[in-house]
Amino acid sequence: MKKKYSILSLIKNSFSNNENWQKMWRSPDPKKTYDVVIVGGGGHGLGTAYYLAKEHGIKNIAVIEKGWLGSGNTGRNTTIIRSNYLWNESAYLYDHSIKLWEKLSEELNYNMMFSQRGVMNLAHNEHDIKEMKRRISANRLNGLDTKWLDTKEIKELVPIMNADNLRYPVLGAAYQPRGGVARHDAIAWGFAMRADEMGVDIIQNCEVKRIKTNNNKVEGVETSKGFINAGKVAVVASGHTSVLAQTAGVRLPLQSRPLQALVSEPIKPIINTVVMSNAVHAYVSQSDKGELVIGAGTDGYNSFTQRGGYDVIEETVRAIVELYPIFGKMKMLRQWGGIVDICPDASPIVSKCDVGGLYFNCGWGTGGFKATPGSANVFAHTVANDEPHRINAPFNLERFANGRLIDEHGAAAVAH
Amino acid sequence: MILINCPYCGERDQSEFSNGSEAHVKRPENSENLSDKEWGEYVFYRANPKGIFYERWVHSHGCRKWFNAVRDTSTDEILRIYKLDEKKPELNDFSNNLKTPSGEPEVGSGNFTIKK
Repeated sequence: MKKKYSILSLIKNSFSNNENWQKMWRSPDPKKTYDVVIVGGGGHGLGTAYYLAKEHGIKNIAVIEKGWLGSGNTGRNTTIIRSNYLWNESAYLYDHSIKLWEKLSEELNYNMMFSQRGVMNLAHNEHDIKEMKRRISANRLNGLDTKWLDTKEIKELVPIMNADNLRYPVLGAAYQPRGGVARHDAIAWGFAMRADEMGVDIIQNCEVKRIKTNNNKVEGVETSKGFINAGKVAVVASGHTSVLAQTAGVRLPLQSRPLQALVSEPIKPIINTVVMSNAVHAYVSQSDKGELVIGAGTDGYNSFTQRGGYDVIEETVRAIVELYPIFGKMKMLRQWGGIVDICPDASPIVSKCDVGGLYFNCGWGTGGFKATPGSANVFAHTVANDEPHRINAPFNLERFANGRLIDEHGAAAVAH
Repeated sequence: MILINCPYCGERDQSEFSNGSEAHVKRPENSENLSDKEWGEYVFYRANPKGIFYERWVHSHGCRKWFNAVRDTSTDEILRIYKLDEKKPELNDFSNNLKTPSGEPEVGSGNFTIKK
């Protein structure tokens, strides 16, 4: 039965202590054979299942997740959404995603809590100003809504910011009003629920141990619940993608590193936009609960430990306190790490590979959340047609041989 | 945060060091005969195992000397540190306990590192 949420269902269920909500998705045992097996039950994987079922008529799909839905980077990121990327390829991909975000709550009948409160990237030196103005010009040519703010305009939007009395004064900012934040669990749960309704089997607590290939063609996956035959296997496993690819004999140009985030104790509304600073490395926004959500950097070495080094958060918190002295006495409640897979050019890989029927959606590095619906949408197209969508065609594996890199690392510093 | 035993200075905090990615990557000698794909593999592709990893470090805020290390990337435990002119330790010298790709318990996605 199609699950509808409304104010009436909220009231009705509150009378029964919220104990009678129907389950959002089934927990079936895996079938012997699927047309498509998606490895990884995060937002990107569940979205891929949703769009495969909805737009490409493939219903015999399993999403296999090692832990629980959204327990990886979908549930660990700082939920920033924007599309102000320098290069055309990236701008098309990320803006495709924002356009999907804008109608997703309605489409899934599930509140994404998508809040277009704007995203601000601060400039702290002459080089930052030049780089950002260049980026704004490129964005505007691609029809994006980025604009330049001077210090006075920044102070109007974020009065608590200390813009001049600090080591690297704030000299201006690139601002994208359509950017913002969304609820990270909601996108995983929303996609899962609607995919499940269309017959997709979501199998949690089941680890894919090996991707089995024969004659350079994928045959299925060895899991902790037995072998599952698959016509196609789509791997969307973020940090562990290269580990899985290796079991199929595929090498990917990825490096896995811990990326940390932290949240403070909840306070009253104080900052109503997302502020990012690459130069001093501090990202901050405020969640609807009132917590400050702070993104730190990656550790400087490969690791799968999901925790990260203390010096990295220390650097970030130092920058936050300098930019916002008012936060100086706040307490941080939680800190965690997620394992991100970083490509040499800091752009994702959404591509088929040399093995027939095997597809990868990986390399999102430190910024994959914003792309969730867009990435899932074009990846579903790639899996269904065995051909990339024109939006993700440049994000192929061949670029590491022919040199057509989409270099967002150098172009946009830390936050790409 | 991990401690690294610099072979020249002794044990120091990891933040004093910079990581130099995979160790023992050899520049192809016949680069003029390589295809774009093969050259791309040398330039862009590096090992990324969960488990035993051979890597380079430089003590950038210390003696500024390079050295190699063998680290278990699933726990961040450093298993061996050796100088650049020392022989690469064999993989068999180490017992890698990861039985599955994630190396985690059967149920849930608990942090194996902390449980260990």
